[in-house]
Amino acid sequence: MCTQNIVEDQMRSGHMACPGCGSAIAMRLVLRALGPKTLAVIIPSCSSIIAATHPHSSLRVPAFHGTFETAAPTAAGLSYAMKIRGRNDVAVVAFAGDGGTFDIGLQSLSGTADRNEDYIYVCLDNEAYMNTGIQASSATPQNAWTITTPKGRTARKKNIMEIMAAHRIPYAATASIGYPQDLMDKVQKARSMEGTKFIHILTPCATGWRMAENLTVTAAMLAVETKVFPLYEILGGKTRTITYVPQGLPVEEYLKSQGRYRHLSGVEIERMQAETDEDWECLLRRAMDCQPLCANEKEVV
Amino acid sequence: MRELLSGNYAIAEAVRMARAQLIPAYPITPQTPIYERLSEMESQGTLPGTMVRVESEHSAMAMCVAASLAGVRVFTATSSQGIALMHEMLHFASGNRVPVVMGCVNRVLAAPWSFGSDQTDTLSQRDTGWMQFYCEDNQEAFDTIIQAYRVSEATLLPSMVIIDAFFNSHFIEPMDLPDQDQIDLFLPPPMLPERFDLDNPAFVSNVVTAGSQFLPFRETAFHDMENAKEVIREVDQEYRARFGRGYGMVEGIKTDDARLVLVTSGSMTSTARMAIDGLRAKGARVGLLKIKAFRPFPWREVRDVLQDAAKVVVIDRNISLGKEGIFCQELKSAIANSTARPQVHGYIAGLDGVDVSPEILENICLEVLDKEAPDDLPVWVRG
Repeated sequence: MCTQNIVEDQMRSGHMACPGCGSAIAMRLVLRALGPKTLAVIIPSCSSIIAATHPHSSLRVPAFHGTFETAAPTAAGLSYAMKIRGRNDVAVVAFAGDGGTFDIGLQSLSGTADRNEDYIYVCLDNEAYMNTGIQASSATPQNAWTITTPKGRTARKKNIMEIMAAHRIPYAATASIGYPQDLMDKVQKARSMEGTKFIHILTPCATGWRMAENLTVTAAMLAVETKVFPLYEILGGKTRTITYVPQGLPVEEYLKSQGRYRHLSGVEIERMQAETDEDWECLLRRAMDCQPLCANEKEVV
Repeated sequence: MRELLSGNYAIAEAVRMARAQLIPAYPITPQTPIYERLSEMESQGTLPGTMVRVESEHSAMAMCVAASLAGVRVFTATSSQGIALMHEMLHFASGNRVPVVMGCVNRVLAAPWSFGSDQTDTLSQRDTGWMQFYCEDNQEAFDTIIQAYRVSEATLLPSMVIIDAFFNSHFIEPMDLPDQDQIDLFLPPPMLPERFDLDNPAFVSNVVTAGSQFLPFRETAFHDMENAKEVIREVDQEYRARFGRGYGMVEGIKTDDARLVLVTSGSMTSTARMAIDGLRAKGARVGLLKIKAFRPFPWREVRDVLQDAAKVVVIDRNISLGKEGIFCQELKSAIANSTARPQVHGYIAGLDGVDVSPEILENICLEVLDKEAPDDLPVWVRG
């Protein structure tokens, strides 16, 4: 892996994302790691705006704009077609938002994962329906404000990684725009494997998270360092490896960076800290059960 | 080669001989034997294409659209609820100008649940931008699948090839299967536009500029659908020349001197042919108009056939609540600006596969011959 040496972007400047958009950064990193022999599937989401309107394109690779709930079978259909036509060197990547992945597209994503169809699925998770203007999805964290959850969402965020792992797909990974090297390495690793690969990227949204435009990457890094969004990968649905050891900053550090948590009381923050710790312990146990942990295991424990 | 095949198996044979390359499918009664037969062929190594056992009809059509855009010949088949679930993707397929061919077996749409034939499932996809061909028998279903690939790939418009639940889908009829090399000559491998060129990358089907770009797309597609009639005619004539069978978008039977023309579609047409013979034997000047192509609607052909008729009676195995039978509506609008203005009588019969016998059709015709004026609402026939 030497993704740090790739400098050629497959995404042009001048795209139509909001200032400080985390999803645009994620798309740029994913496409940079994949290179020019790539077909991209876009669905209704922020990425359909970022990729620009007819007849323009901010992407340097061919792309197709499918329907909301069909990122997965659309990408799988392109992948079959490329193989039928003898183009085995072309990778197919689907970009879907959290709504298109956790909610409306979950059935069809499960279908392609079950059939282990050969493509890379990238979930650009900004934790709400941001393209339609900040409505809650099942990826919206508990207590987070959105326009449809003015007092904060009551349910906890769906664990999409465990859902994907349960399909026993060859590769599932979380990634963050705050750690571009880790992100691009995971994308390249995914490309080197046959079958359905799932990459879950947390892409902070300055607009929807109610924070300043220059805090996108900071928020992404805080999510990782507070263990709210750990960086790990799951091979074959079984082997969990933590790819970056977080500092373990207080969750409050992450929450206070965003206006969507402004209404939280100390009690709620304490509960979120406890739940984050519990989730981390659970991940750690599973990672340790499966194989030796990452390099600095001792520091973590 | 002569074979005894059900309508479902006839469609599966046609898909095999058309060398469809990707077949995403999902089971639903009464389409299931198409899916099963293709799977059997695949397991025996006689299917040139790849089957994908998708988790829904919606995903089947999503996969068809994507693979077809990428230049691959695709097929899927469904019925009833499956067609309804696909609805969004049907618009999406035609908007993306992909030549998908789909087998549809007409079945009641719930509720209430049932399994017999009712054309409302496909007819309620009228405005999705798909061509629709209603087949009378199993031989026609086979021939129409082969023709549909030629027509769709020439026009870049998708096709539904439609048969009736059970009367066609499960009833076995003797039919003629052409040799594979003859089919290959008639239907060469697809030559579709290259939409995903790595050296000249484009963004396919992205958002258009509000107000200025959508209308020209639709207007172009509208004219292409209208012009598809000429392609349908040419392909049918070539097929007839090569294989000895052709169908036309409509067929007029004994209509030259007919005062009353009976209008049918689908498997009911076979019964209507007998009813016409029975009525002629009784001295009634009655003819038959079979409508095969519903989209594009052959309004000129319909007008020509009905030019000298005093009365028309349309039998619909479907219903649009709040109006009338759907073929009846379409026929009325087709002749509205015509010099021929026959009375149009609408009858609803055979919903849920209720048998419509030659006697029932004869009695309907005799009743209409006696009527002074048509009813404003359709007449319901319970069988």
